[in-house]
Amino acid sequence: MSVPSPTMTTPDTAGTPRALVDHLHDWVVTVDHKRLGIMYVVTGLVFFVIAGLEAAVMRIQLAWSGLHVVPPETFNRLFTMHGTTMVFLVGIPIVFGFGNYLVPLMIGARDLAFPRLNAFGFWVLVFGGLLLHFSVIGGDGLYGAGSAPAVGWFAYAPLTSKAFTPGNATDYWNLAVFVTGIGTIATAVNLVTTTLIMRGPGMTFGRLPIFVWVMLTVSGMTLMILPPLSAAQIMLVLDRYLGAHYFDTQAGGSAVMWQHFFWFFGHPEVYVLMLPGFGFVSEIIPVFSRKVLFGYPMIVAATVSIGLVGLSTWAHHMFVVGLGGPVTTFFALSTMLIAVPTGMKIFNWLGTMYGGKLIFRTPMLFSCAFLFQFLVAGLTGIMLSVAPFDWQLSDSYFVVAHFHFVLFGGLLFTIFGAVYYWFPKVTGRMLSERLGRWHFWLLVIGFNITFITMHVQGILGMPRRIYTYQPDRGWEIWNFITTLGVPVQAIAVLIFVANVLLSLRRGERAGDDPWDAWTLEWATTSPPPDYNFETIPVTTSRRPLWDLKHPDDPDGPHE
Amino acid sequence: MSAQPAALAQPHDLKGRVGIIALIIAELSLFGVFVVAYLFYIGKSLNGPYPRDVLDLPVVGTICLLSSSISVALGARALRQGHVRRSGAWLFVTVALGAIFLAATANEWYGLIYRHGLTIGTNLFGTTFYPLVGLHATHVAVGLLMLSLCCVFAWTGALRPVHGERVEIVSWYWHFVDGIWVVVFTVVYVIGR
Repeated sequence: MSVPSPTMTTPDTAGTPRALVDHLHDWVVTVDHKRLGIMYVVTGLVFFVIAGLEAAVMRIQLAWSGLHVVPPETFNRLFTMHGTTMVFLVGIPIVFGFGNYLVPLMIGARDLAFPRLNAFGFWVLVFGGLLLHFSVIGGDGLYGAGSAPAVGWFAYAPLTSKAFTPGNATDYWNLAVFVTGIGTIATAVNLVTTTLIMRGPGMTFGRLPIFVWVMLTVSGMTLMILPPLSAAQIMLVLDRYLGAHYFDTQAGGSAVMWQHFFWFFGHPEVYVLMLPGFGFVSEIIPVFSRKVLFGYPMIVAATVSIGLVGLSTWAHHMFVVGLGGPVTTFFALSTMLIAVPTGMKIFNWLGTMYGGKLIFRTPMLFSCAFLFQFLVAGLTGIMLSVAPFDWQLSDSYFVVAHFHFVLFGGLLFTIFGAVYYWFPKVTGRMLSERLGRWHFWLLVIGFNITFITMHVQGILGMPRRIYTYQPDRGWEIWNFITTLGVPVQAIAVLIFVANVLLSLRRGERAGDDPWDAWTLEWATTSPPPDYNFETIPVTTSRRPLWDLKHPDDPDGPHE
Repeated sequence: MSAQPAALAQPHDLKGRVGIIALIIAELSLFGVFVVAYLFYIGKSLNGPYPRDVLDLPVVGTICLLSSSISVALGARALRQGHVRRSGAWLFVTVALGAIFLAATANEWYGLIYRHGLTIGTNLFGTTFYPLVGLHATHVAVGLLMLSLCCVFAWTGALRPVHGERVEIVSWYWHFVDGIWVVVFTVVYVIGR
C-alpha cells in the first residue's frame, strides 16, 4: 500500500511532502478502481505470506515420522487457516483486484460502474480477513475451548455442530467467510455491470480482451455460486445457535446436504480462481510471442462453456459419500467434459507461440511454466474424475498434490506473471529482470520438488490432514523431499518481495508501453491518471493499441 | 419501458438496471438453496406438527403483496411522467399493502409458535419453514424501508421526476420480492402441504 504514484497527488500539493496520515487517509477513503485494485492485490499478497508460513510449519511437522513440532490441535488449526486464507483471502482478492484495476482500463472506461460499492466490497473483505484471524485471540469465547477454527476449509457437518466444536472458533470461520462473500458478490455485481454498460466506443463483445471476457464469466459465476455458500452458512448459524436441524442427522437432517451446498460453491470457485489465470496468460503469451492470440473465438467459447459446465461438476468431490450409480456417472462425465474446453485453451496458447518470435522475459517464463504445470494438474484431474480411481485416492495426498498443481502451479504462477507484466503500468517502474529470473527458477524448482513428490505419498496411501505417521509406511523419504522444497520456495518469495520493494524505489522507468503491447491499458500513462484516459481511444479491432500504433496496417480487415 | 425515451439517451443510465438484475440473480441463488432444502426435507420430520395440520393458505397477505406490484409500478410511472404527489400516493399504497403482508406473516407465526408449539427446533418442518419464509419477510422489510424513504421524500418534496430511474430500480427489487413469494407460496403452501 506504499506505492508512490506521482499522479495521485493533486498538482497544487505535488511538490510538498505530505503527512503520512494524509496519505493513508487518501487510501482509506478512495473509491478509485486503480487504488482499490492495488489494495486488493497487496492484501492478497500479505495473506499469501501468512498462509504460506502456516504451510511451512505443517511441512516441518510432517518432514519425518513421529515429529512433534506443533501440538495436534494446532496442526488442525493450521491446515484450516491455510486453506481458508488461500482461497478466500488470497485467491479471490488477487483475481478480483486485477479485475478491478484492469477491466475499466482495458475497455476504455473512467471507473467501475459503482465506485462506492467497490470500496464497500474491498473493506468488507478486509474486515472478513481480520475477523478470521482475530479468532486466534478471540476464538476461546466464553467456553475456553478452541482457538482458531479447526474444521478444515470445507467445514463438513457434523463436525461443525455445537457438540463437536464448542466455543466460537467455528463461528469465526463461518462469519468471516460469510462476510468476505458479501464483499465478493458486491464486486461481481460491479464487474458485470461495468463490462456490460461501460465499454468505450467500438469495444464490441467480439473485441473485448480475453481477460475482460474471463472476468465477466467469473463474475457471473460468482453471482450464482457464492450466495449458496452464504445460505449454507446462515443454516449453520441457525443450527448452532437456534437449534435448527439442517445438518443434524439425529433429528432427520442431512450432513451430506452441507457437502452439496458447500461444493456447489466450492467447485465452481476453482474455476472462478483459475479462469482469471487463463486470462492473464491469454494477455501475456501473445505479447511475448509477437503474434495475435490464436483462435480468439475459440478461447471465448471455451471460457464461457467452462463457466457453464463448471456449475454441474461439484459432486465429484463427494464420490466416496456413496451417491449411487447414476449420480456418480453424471458427475464423472461432466468432470471429464470440462477438460475439453480447458484442453482447447492449451492448444490456443501453444498455437499462439508456434511460429512466434518468443521473448522470454519474466512474465513469459511464468506463463510457460504454467503451461507445463497446469497440464499435469489437468491430467491428474481427469484421473480423479474416474470414480473408482477417486474412491482409492480420495482424501489422500494425491488430491492435495492435484489441487496444489492447479492453484499453485497454475494460478499462482500466472499471478506472478501478471504482477511482472502489469507492475510497470501500475507503478511506472520495471521490476528487476535479474531478480525476476531468480524468483522464477527457484519457485519452479521448489514447487516441483514439493508437489511432484506429494503424488507419490498419496499413491502410497498417506491420507491428507494427518498430524503425523508411523515410521514403517515408506512415506518418510517422500515427505522429507516434499519438505525440502519449502525453503527453496520461501527464498523465491523473499526475492519477489525484495524485488517489489527495491523496484518501487530504484526500478528502471517503464514508460507508457514497455512491452509494446496491444490492449488499451497501455495507451495511457504509467501509472494512469485518475481519469484513466484524456480522450477515450476508439477501438477498431481486438488489438486497439496496435491499430493506433500502425494506422497503415490495422488489424480489423484480418479478423 | 419509459414514457420519455430521451431520458435514457446515455447508456450509463442503464447501469442501475443492470446492477439490480445482477443483484437479483444473486438473491435468486440465495433463495434457491433455502427452497431446495425445504423441498428435500418435505415429509422427513420425525415428529409433528406437520404442515397439513397447522398451515393455512395466507390468502389475504398474498393478495396484498401481489397487488402491491401494480401499485409500485404505477408509482414509478407517475414519477417518470412528472406527477410527484400521485407517485407518492401510489408508493404509500404499496407500503401499506406490504405492511399488511408482514402483519399477516407475524400473525401466522404467532399462531404457529403459541397455539401449535412449532419453533425452528421442533422438527425439520420448523427448521426449514421459518428460515425460508423469514428470509422472504426480511426482503419485504428491506423493500418497505426503501419504499417508505421514497414516500417520505415525496412528502417533503425531495423526490423529483429526475429520480424516476432510482424509484424504477426500487420497484424492480419489489417485483423480485413479489415474484419470489410466488415460488415460496407454491413450495410451502401448495407442494409442502
